[in-house]
Amino acid sequence: MSKEVIASTATKPRKLSAEEIAEIEHEMTLYPDKKAVGLEALKIVQKHQGWVSDESLLGISKYLEIPAADLEGVATFFNLVYRQPVGKNVILFCDSVSCWIMGCENIKAHIKDKLDIDYGETSKDGDFTLIPVPCLGDCDRAPVMMVGPDLHRNLTPEKINTIISDYSSK
Amino acid sequence: MAKIVIDGVTYEVNPNNNLLQECLSQGLDLPYFCWHPCMGSVGACRQCAVKQYRDEDDKDGMLVMACMTPASDGTIISIEDEGAKSFRSEVIESLMISHPHDCPVCEEGGECHLQDMTQMSGHNYRRYDKKKVTHRNQYLGPFISHEMNRCIACYRCVRYYDNYAGGTDLSVQASHHHVYFGRHEEGTLESEFSGNLVEVCPTGVFTDKVFSEHYSRKWDLQTAPSVCVGCSVGCNTAPGERYGSLRRIVNRYNSEVNGYFLCDRGRFGFDFVNSEERLLEPIQRKQGKAELLTAAQIEVSIQQFSSAETIGIGSPRASNESNFALRCLVGDDNFYAGCSDAEYESLGVILALAADAAFHSPSVREIEQADAVLILGEDVTNIAPRIALALRQSVRNKAKELADENRIPQWQDAAVRELAQHERSPLSILSPAVSRLDDVASERIIDSLPNLIAFGHQIANKISDSAATAVSASSEHDDTLALIAQQLLRAKRPLIIAGNSNGGELIKAAANIAKALQEKNDDAGIDLCLLVPEVNSLGMGMLVDPANKLGAALARLQDGDAKRLIVLENDLYRRATATEVDAALEKAEQILVLDQLPTRTTAKADIVLPATAFSEHEATYINYEGRAQLSFQVNKCQKMAKPSWRWLNAAEHIDDLVQRCCNEAKGFTKLSEVLPADNQFVAGMKVPRQSHRYSGRTAMIANINVHEPKQMVDDESIMSFSMEGVPSQKDSTILASSWAPKWNSNQSISKFQDEVNGELKQGHTGILMFEKSTSVGAYFEPPVNSLTAAEKQLHLAFGFQIFGSDELSARCKPIQARMTDAYVGISPEDAQSRNLVQGDTVTISGTDSNVTVCIRTGIKTGTALLYCGEGSLNPAEFSEFIEIEKCEKQSASLGMRNLILSDLQDEDKSS
Amino acid sequence: MVTKPLTKNIDMSRPPLDIAAYEANEGYRSLHAIAKGLNPEDVLQLVKDSGLKGRGGAGFPTGLKWSFVPMGENSPTQKYLVVNADEMEPGTFKDRLLMEGDPHLLIEGMIIAAYTIQASKAYIFLRGEYTVSEQVLRKAIKQAKEKGYLGKNILGTGFDLDIIMHTSAGRYICGEETALLNALEGKRANPRAKPPFPQVSGLWGKPTIVNNVETICNLPGILSYGVDWYHGLTNGNDHGTKLFGVSGKVKTPGCWELPLGLPIRELLENYAGGMQDGLELRGFLPGGGSTDFMLPEHLDITLDYDEIAKVGSRLATGTMIILDDKTCPVGMVGNLMKFFAHESCGFCTPCRDGLPWVDEIFREFEGGRGTEKDLQVLHDHVTYLGPGRTFCALAPGATAPLGSGLKHFKEDFDRHVKDQRCSYKH
Ligand SMILES: Cc1cc2nc3c(=O)[nH]c(=O)nc-3n(C[C@H](O)[C@H](O)[C@H](O)COP(=O)(O)O)c2cc1C
Ligand code: SF4
Ligand code: FES
Repeated sequence: MSKEVIASTATKPRKLSAEEIAEIEHEMTLYPDKKAVGLEALKIVQKHQGWVSDESLLGISKYLEIPAADLEGVATFFNLVYRQPVGKNVILFCDSVSCWIMGCENIKAHIKDKLDIDYGETSKDGDFTLIPVPCLGDCDRAPVMMVGPDLHRNLTPEKINTIISDYSSK
Repeated sequence: MAKIVIDGVTYEVNPNNNLLQECLSQGLDLPYFCWHPCMGSVGACRQCAVKQYRDEDDKDGMLVMACMTPASDGTIISIEDEGAKSFRSEVIESLMISHPHDCPVCEEGGECHLQDMTQMSGHNYRRYDKKKVTHRNQYLGPFISHEMNRCIACYRCVRYYDNYAGGTDLSVQASHHHVYFGRHEEGTLESEFSGNLVEVCPTGVFTDKVFSEHYSRKWDLQTAPSVCVGCSVGCNTAPGERYGSLRRIVNRYNSEVNGYFLCDRGRFGFDFVNSEERLLEPIQRKQGKAELLTAAQIEVSIQQFSSAETIGIGSPRASNESNFALRCLVGDDNFYAGCSDAEYESLGVILALAADAAFHSPSVREIEQADAVLILGEDVTNIAPRIALALRQSVRNKAKELADENRIPQWQDAAVRELAQHERSPLSILSPAVSRLDDVASERIIDSLPNLIAFGHQIANKISDSAATAVSASSEHDDTLALIAQQLLRAKRPLIIAGNSNGGELIKAAANIAKALQEKNDDAGIDLCLLVPEVNSLGMGMLVDPANKLGAALARLQDGDAKRLIVLENDLYRRATATEVDAALEKAEQILVLDQLPTRTTAKADIVLPATAFSEHEATYINYEGRAQLSFQVNKCQKMAKPSWRWLNAAEHIDDLVQRCCNEAKGFTKLSEVLPADNQFVAGMKVPRQSHRYSGRTAMIANINVHEPKQMVDDESIMSFSMEGVPSQKDSTILASSWAPKWNSNQSISKFQDEVNGELKQGHTGILMFEKSTSVGAYFEPPVNSLTAAEKQLHLAFGFQIFGSDELSARCKPIQARMTDAYVGISPEDAQSRNLVQGDTVTISGTDSNVTVCIRTGIKTGTALLYCGEGSLNPAEFSEFIEIEKCEKQSASLGMRNLILSDLQDEDKSS
Repeated sequence: MVTKPLTKNIDMSRPPLDIAAYEANEGYRSLHAIAKGLNPEDVLQLVKDSGLKGRGGAGFPTGLKWSFVPMGENSPTQKYLVVNADEMEPGTFKDRLLMEGDPHLLIEGMIIAAYTIQASKAYIFLRGEYTVSEQVLRKAIKQAKEKGYLGKNILGTGFDLDIIMHTSAGRYICGEETALLNALEGKRANPRAKPPFPQVSGLWGKPTIVNNVETICNLPGILSYGVDWYHGLTNGNDHGTKLFGVSGKVKTPGCWELPLGLPIRELLENYAGGMQDGLELRGFLPGGGSTDFMLPEHLDITLDYDEIAKVGSRLATGTMIILDDKTCPVGMVGNLMKFFAHESCGFCTPCRDGLPWVDEIFREFEGGRGTEKDLQVLHDHVTYLGPGRTFCALAPGATAPLGSGLKHFKEDFDRHVKDQRCSYKH
């Protein structure tokens, strides 16, 4: 029997798009349990919407019949599920030990200067959100960061300038 | 049995337990947080660390969590080891980092497990001088307050709420030291068992909002062992009083009944006792004017009533003593049932089955042990909530079985759940609508009542040919019915549940199934749990002659065959049609009503005598399984209310009354065994209802009189209204509020159990009243096919709500905050064909009742599920079929916003 | 003779080999051996004999781990293989190289492992940020499927296997094998109690083995070239090659496949090119952020599980982080503590509430406000968060650099307290 999902909400669920549903349905074939698909669905929705709004979360909850509270517990656990809107490009900035040794603090200060944002903030033009990330596994080319899906290595202030202007236009 | 050594002392232990359980069972003090006797171990808090040694030569040992280590033979541990002690105190230091230290303003203060464990662990001085983490709290509805800053992240709340009680709207969120326990957004906690969070949380995160409004410290409450009057389960409670008002109810452990948990009706449905509406003076109405009666006048009136011309109507919500006293006053022949005729008839069936050797009526604990369950027609969550919680545990027996096979100890909670995944012991539900237990159901049939009855007989027939089968309208469920029969046959401890909320035929079908199982298994009695609606439905039923139905009483009055009427704690307008009641009352020359609150019946009385409420008198009740339990008086009613039995019988001592009931009433022989034995007086001193820390006694009424008043005397009971005396430390029957040195919280209960989760030392868990005959009765015949519905007619089935369906709790403000209007649930198809939309008002043809329409997807087309609301509809008014018509009037007052249903038709889907 | 079985196909200046090129270079040979009749017990024996130890950090013998999986008729039919590709330990950058550089090697290894325990489903639990690995692996899985190496009845053996790519939503704790299983099940990634071990009750309660990417990548070589060859790869106690990395202020940081048993000095000087000009070696973490500091005096110790354990540290992931004399050791440990505090899952008390306190103290040190009392608290937490006291190995991992840092760089800590500033900052 299905789990009864009754938690009443003040917020209205968003209807998932056909694309989102198609991708979620595909995930259903890969996992023997719906709960696993819940986390996948959060990622799918984020891919399409940029982040997971309350409405989206409830939309998934309704579609998969997973309690919203459970989904919220999962969504807020993982680093890469954004429960707040993010900019067009998310900068995942590695500030772990090797990058730190190699001077990532200076690079971060430079980004902060350029974009006028600190960790967790989005630039005014909405182009960039800066988020710290644990070691990106490219320590021999530290400091490193990701912008969207792309990795950038051996960062210097100059490189940052180029990267920012490249992505701003994207 | 295994032998283990703890700090040099050898103990005999159960190797299936873990070390923490065993340490506690042996009476040793070992602090813990995340472990709970009913929820097993997860090893999160690390508070129960002990040193374990490989062998006698091992001097270093290593730290292990007692709760995560089996008590296997030869284990050597030390609780007192310095390393273990200092680790435990460091754990407390960690937990205290962000704790607000707001004990003086915290409702948990004084009964806080965190306080106790902090003391016990010896963490005294704060070293942390940095910023604390703070949280925002949530609004969680009328019952529970939320103060997340006090959280120590033991994970008990979510483990209880989700895993144990099946709630879906509380979760742990975020991570590292920001973990947060709450809802996904603010709103009422939906579980019917949310109140237990107050007791499950070891500190003050979840507190009793109702209590907070009128708060008192635990030690300042006058408390006595009591029994919940919310339904027929009879959970054991410990109500607390101060300044004459009842302040709260908490759980009182009874290993066979409620264990550690109550439902929210029981916990929050008590403040009718404090209601401003309470009847507190004896009055007589003459020409529309009410006059206060003197004691002498009352005596005279009662005398007048003790004549053959008087009819006494008993009450399923009144005690055995009150019912018995009334019966004595009016005579057996004139004593009538205080419930509807239909209900009384089914009560008769239940009582007859109770004596049948084929069946066993299981306790709540036994229900938890069932490995295959069939629920036939009852909405258990809304009728006998605590049993629904037990059924949620019964489905886990499969998981435990798997754990045994894989040699995973049953207390390894997370591991057992992980192993079992969705594997559950079978629980089949056959009922007219979706129920709150569906999420754990294996088989599910929703159909009209006549079909359900037929299905029941078919299952019985599939188990044994000797049971006659019945024809049903469809064969669509044949496979499911066969499967259910198989599951029940295969089970080691099958359980059938039915009840009389929709007439007696389902009970007969259920009995046939159980009988068939008994015949096949040649077992001792098969577990047959038959639910009745009220706290003492069975007790009253046993005292009334089977022929003495309410209808007969009303007829006698109307015929003039009887002239006077005494109504005991009962509103007749809920039991028979208004026409019948009106006609009878009209004719009666004199009417005397005893009750706590004004009702339509008291309004018609010539004499109204104020009856004490459950907390104000000593009483016995008989629960659904025939268990008699004694409920002590918590406090004296300070106004003029008296126990009903005392109004009716001015002289007799309660114990004598009980004794006489034993001697005179059939089936009550064992009743006096519930009374505490004389040897429980220590040195002639009574058991105090007030704790040894009870404060302010000398000043309590200083605003009126600076002299300390004399303590009230209780010459009826073994308990005193005082802090003097000898607390009954080890006796369960008179253990009001558990407390032990170093253990101020409810966790102290382990000090009174013979082992963790076991029976309380000494005392008893209540007395089972039913004598089994040696013979097994015959099978019931299926009913002859009843009428078929005419066009537009709907099969009627009654629906119930935990908050609203019980008369007294429905008059409590906190419960009212969760109640909804009466409604009629119909399927989308039936709604469409009648042009109805969600929330429309309809009139039920042939009555003047208006109800709200509730369109539910989990209802069979052709069935109307009628929830009568708090007395707004009278079930006696309706017959087997109803017709509904749209009407323009708005019926709603409370609205439907509190309705918690998983099958409410969604606007999205309907369009 | 093949001497670099893990990286022989890897050249990061070009895309990884496709299936044809991989096969041309002796790839998927092991599958043909299986097709010819090598049965699961044989494979298990080979892996046991090879002496392969897990490369994910704990160094547990792989064959032994597999042998705990219940086999035979009465065992659950569904079993799972999970590859731990969550690489997130600070300073660790080896699995990325293998996945981006030679995806078919991992796939081949997975087929071997899954075959041995007869798991018909295998998940790759891939770190979400590894977008290139994801693409490369997805493509390779597709190729292998087309070739019939994955799917139903592989090479006529009757063995079925699907490989499913799972990208993590991010958290270091997901690398802990039982937390990983919870994450795969879509739950919060809290670790699970052991026992029961995943081999008995793992993913969805079914027998499961979790192995590191590099561990799995060792398997094709063992099956293709044999145990003797494998043993011949090294001179020391441990067998096979291993990826070793060096990061920090050395001349040529990088990651190389080398035989186990190599002296540390050789790795540092011959491969990493020695310290950058003007810098001296102060100390190093030999195998990622949760290992104990070693000192210049340890340079002649060999890269060998037991040898490194003898001086109180762990080889773990084999990726070394170098501390130079111009970098503040207090700052370095503080950086690690911030990481561990943030990555605590929040389940058990000491880790959840202890690490943030430690972290805060390091921030005080950084701000020049550290006190003697703070130092005492740090010392206390080294024991308090140590092995056996917390629910999983995350917090004990944090105490490795903390405890050894406090010991080896005591004067730096003291100076921070005395001067109320960090003398490495100018
Ligand atoms: C906090 C923590 C993080 C871990 N992260 C990883 C990881 O990213 N990758 C990995 O392979 N093992 C990691 N491990 C080790 C795994 O728990 C496990 O031992 C390993 O995956 C087993 O594989 P192996 O036997 O092949 O080494 C981690 C352990 C802990 C305690
Ligand atoms: S289950 Fe019934 S008896 Fe028990 S607490 Fe609830 S209402 Fe009271
Ligand atoms: S009670 Fe043992 S770890 Fe919490």
